[in-house]
Amino acid sequence: MTAPLLRIENLSVEFGPRANPIRVVDDVSFEIEAGGSVGVVGESGSGKSMTSLSILRLVPEPPGRISGGRILFDGADLLALPRNQMPDIRGRDVAMIFQEPMSSLNPVMTIGDQIGEAILLHQDLNSAQRRKRVLELLRLVGIPDPAGRIDAYPHQFSGGMRQRVMIAMAVACNPRLLIADEPTTALDVTIQAQVLALLKDVRQRLGTAILLISHDLGIIADSCERVVVMYAGRVVEEGDVRSIFRNPAHPYTRALLKSIPRLDDERDRLYQIPGSVPLAGSVTQGCAFRARCPLRVETCAVDRPPLFAFGPSHKAACWVTAEAAQARSAAEASP
Amino acid sequence: MTTASIDTFEPVSPAPSRLEIFRQVILARPATLFAAIVILIFVLIALLAPWLAPYNPLAQSFLKINKPPSAANWLGTDQFGRDVLSRMIYGSRNSLILGLLSPALAAVVGTTLGVVAGYFGGIVDRVISRIVDLLISFPELLLAIIIAAALGGGFWNIVVVISAAFVPGFARVARAQTMAVRQEPYVEAAVAVGVSTPVIILRHIIPNIAAPIVVLMTLWTASAIRLEASLSFLGIGTQPPNPSWGNIIRDGLNNLFGSPWPVIGAGFAITCVVLAFNVFGDAVRDILDPETAQ
Repeated sequence: MTAPLLRIENLSVEFGPRANPIRVVDDVSFEIEAGGSVGVVGESGSGKSMTSLSILRLVPEPPGRISGGRILFDGADLLALPRNQMPDIRGRDVAMIFQEPMSSLNPVMTIGDQIGEAILLHQDLNSAQRRKRVLELLRLVGIPDPAGRIDAYPHQFSGGMRQRVMIAMAVACNPRLLIADEPTTALDVTIQAQVLALLKDVRQRLGTAILLISHDLGIIADSCERVVVMYAGRVVEEGDVRSIFRNPAHPYTRALLKSIPRLDDERDRLYQIPGSVPLAGSVTQGCAFRARCPLRVETCAVDRPPLFAFGPSHKAACWVTAEAAQARSAAEASP
Repeated sequence: MTTASIDTFEPVSPAPSRLEIFRQVILARPATLFAAIVILIFVLIALLAPWLAPYNPLAQSFLKINKPPSAANWLGTDQFGRDVLSRMIYGSRNSLILGLLSPALAAVVGTTLGVVAGYFGGIVDRVISRIVDLLISFPELLLAIIIAAALGGGFWNIVVVISAAFVPGFARVARAQTMAVRQEPYVEAAVAVGVSTPVIILRHIIPNIAAPIVVLMTLWTASAIRLEASLSFLGIGTQPPNPSWGNIIRDGLNNLFGSPWPVIGAGFAITCVVLAFNVFGDAVRDILDPETAQ
């Protein structure tokens, strides 16, 4: 296998005083291949946004800090780069789309200028060429009448249109990785579908790898090849979409899948996971999910489960299901 | 994109340019138009002073001391027999230049300090904020008097003095606004695109905090004219025999009951200009904000 485009190794992010830090991202590792698409799911506070911000070194410092690990982009460790080199990476190699399309555009700049700004920074084009490129991008993201819209201000756009402008800004310099942090949260369902379709389209046309952060498994299932499930700052399950949705191995993933309302289901009460997410940094020992887990055993309170292999490309951090899977494969091996 | 066709859009009109917005805002409101005309008239008077003034503003005449308005001297004469109208016309130069220049200078210095403090925070913010707190604890006039006493009179010193009195106010406003704008997702988005810190400040922070700063500037144009009048009144502003609206009032006060014309004339001029700048300031704020300009 060739080296992945992005490889996150044992990333940790801490907040608060150094003496008594709160770990919001704890030993997270995963990778994205060039042109691939990975979805990160988790509840609020699971550390998924902090993980994505770490890649561009946008974790607010202070009070936060990246306390450990490596982020290898194309083989180079982004965390080891001098701070003043980060602006060259941002936007050119790795771009990001945020969750607030309504406020992610500068209200006093025309959208043409804002998209053009990214181009100005990373590409050597004169102003006429830049304008042409911006028009091209507006067309690419499906904004009707680009020539009439290029000099408009953000408030003249709807939320969905603004998110398209954000995407145009992000892909302006053909980045190799596009991080989309809950790109559809603030949008209507129909607009959500359009924006996701656009992201897929961009990925196919430009070959951009996409890291999609979401709390919505449906969105991930629809647009990603691989899934990383995070809980309380840790990766609890990772694998290709198919095996995660067919055979979820971690009780948390199973519970999440069970909570999705189904149209063909007659239940009138939705399934919910009992309890709530532990406070960031409050779990120092054992499995963070044990308090809400239907399968918990004594080991869960003592030892933190590592990621066990459940298949060629499927890992999950659970003592109980790993043991069951091992027993099953042992039984199959010696009939 | 096949799905794009589902979208519905309001009909697209080409976005109006700044100049068009400017024209619309000015023309749509009679008060703004009127204020603009008043400012324009005063600026023209100041520019054309040598041609408009009927007499030399410094020429004294013992034959006509403290005369009331007449066909020869429209606003009468002062205690040295100088023509009040001519003195006011020439005085508008000092008053207007001071009124425009001091807030502008203060805005540049104050905004720079405030933005730096608000954007970088930490120790930089603490040092700048404490200095600003120290300066703001003095009343503007007192601060101006202290600095004027240290620097001495003279036109350019007065500009510096009045600016210095306004700097803390601008710094405060700029700092608070910067701290708010800094948190906006579009600033983070700009950082994520790779925009460097100085460019973030120049292109994303300052344009977004410009509205209150500009409004403050127009409001303080009025204050600067008033402050100059106060300083001249106290004898540390524009030095006699040079005229300014402030020292015309001061000179006139000695003989207010016998001959109120200089005080009434200069007072009226100050009121007009101050009011015009305030009204104009509101319009400028609206022009700077693309959302209200629609």
